[in-house]
Amino acid sequence: MSGILNSSIGRKFAMALSALFLMVFLLQHFAINILSVFSPDTFNDASHFMGTFWAVQYLLQPVLIFGVIFHFLMGFVLELKNNKARRVSYAKSNGGANSSWMSRNMLLTGLVVLAFMVLHFIDFWIPEINIKYIQGDMSGLMDPNVAESGFRYYEELVHKFQNPLRVGAYVLSFVLLSLHLLHGFNSAFQSVGANNKYTKGLKGFSKVYAIGIPLGFVFIALFHHFNH
Amino acid sequence: MNLTLKIWRQKSAKDKGKIIDYAIGDVSPDMSFLEMLDVLNQDLIEKGEEPVAFDHDCREGICGSCSMFVNGQAHGPDSMVTVCQLHMRSFNDGDTIYIEPWRATAFPVIKDLIVDRSAFDRIQQAGGFISVNTSGNTQDANSIPIEKENADNAFDAATCIGCGACVASCKNSSAMLFVSAKVSQFALLPQGQVEATDRVMNMVKQMDDEGFGNCTNTGACEVECPKGISLENIARMNREYLSASFKG
Repeated sequence: MSGILNSSIGRKFAMALSALFLMVFLLQHFAINILSVFSPDTFNDASHFMGTFWAVQYLLQPVLIFGVIFHFLMGFVLELKNNKARRVSYAKSNGGANSSWMSRNMLLTGLVVLAFMVLHFIDFWIPEINIKYIQGDMSGLMDPNVAESGFRYYEELVHKFQNPLRVGAYVLSFVLLSLHLLHGFNSAFQSVGANNKYTKGLKGFSKVYAIGIPLGFVFIALFHHFNH
Repeated sequence: MNLTLKIWRQKSAKDKGKIIDYAIGDVSPDMSFLEMLDVLNQDLIEKGEEPVAFDHDCREGICGSCSMFVNGQAHGPDSMVTVCQLHMRSFNDGDTIYIEPWRATAFPVIKDLIVDRSAFDRIQQAGGFISVNTSGNTQDANSIPIEKENADNAFDAATCIGCGACVASCKNSSAMLFVSAKVSQFALLPQGQVEATDRVMNMVKQMDDEGFGNCTNTGACEVECPKGISLENIARMNREYLSASFKG
């Protein structure tokens, strides 16, 4: 068991586990965000729960941050090792004949998602950490001194999506995330050794997930941009 | 057919090498690709030039020697063939054809289109075998019942000829399709169980030590494999390796 991360298969296994975890997180994130379209109050309640429940904040959040950092760092480590494995390139290479564009450009789509996450953290996560843990306001209210002022989460979400440039950046990022997932979803299962009679069905589900979830996020961004 | 060939020429392992253009005429569509190169070499010899060095042996699609990347694909545009089985009817009159050796740090070029694939031999030596006393006590193979599906899958894995097309096609120069085929052909059979843990650990370690890249599951290897080795073998090897790692 020792040194499993020193082997090519071990590194891929770890990469796949972090990917599977992040895909579960993405689904959970979407499930809460889509509430903002149907019921602002439910969205506020769910956001407040996620933002203040100790297990989410002090257990899942650190695991999530570790998972994100690990996934990106391991992606770069694998890319560097792969580049070393072929120092001289082909004069002519027809990759399109045997593999998908998505599978050959995971680094590119991953980098766009990374850039998006920086923007997303600046937009939502850092202000949230500032309010809760630096200013010490755990109330989640628009005005912490007025109990009737209501939760601030929905208003903040709507406010952020008023800027068309931000909405454009989000839409572009989710298109790239979709391309990343179109290869990454199945690839993660293959890396953990799951290639069996269920693989065909899994491939179908992966397309639904890889297109459906990012498309759902795009819908949320556009909905709030054009309805407020 | 008249063709323009852009062929990688490299005098030795230390030479930098470059693409050289050759014009060739009167190519029959019924020639194999190697026969076309034979004609080119005859022309070069008659002109007093150095012929193009390329590896070949059986010319029946089973030796896996002809390590050529033709027009951006391992063994050319046809599927499930090696270069000796690739025929010139797959090309058109006036075509320009790029011919390059396999590109992988673990497969250094020896000369022109010949690469050193001994890394595969060392991976095999690290565990691609079963230890059986064959000195007159050999049992009948059919004395041990084997599930039909496993026997078929083991046989399919064993059809790997070790040509290296998987490495050449993979954008990461990963050898996992080859190694997984060699692991699978034993992992699926009772005779392979005794040494299963050491086999997969040692073969994967040797694969990594040789400098092959990591599999990113593009599937290019499976598409370009002349024997149709399936990606299922890589998943099986991953399971075997992870299971062996946890066993210690």
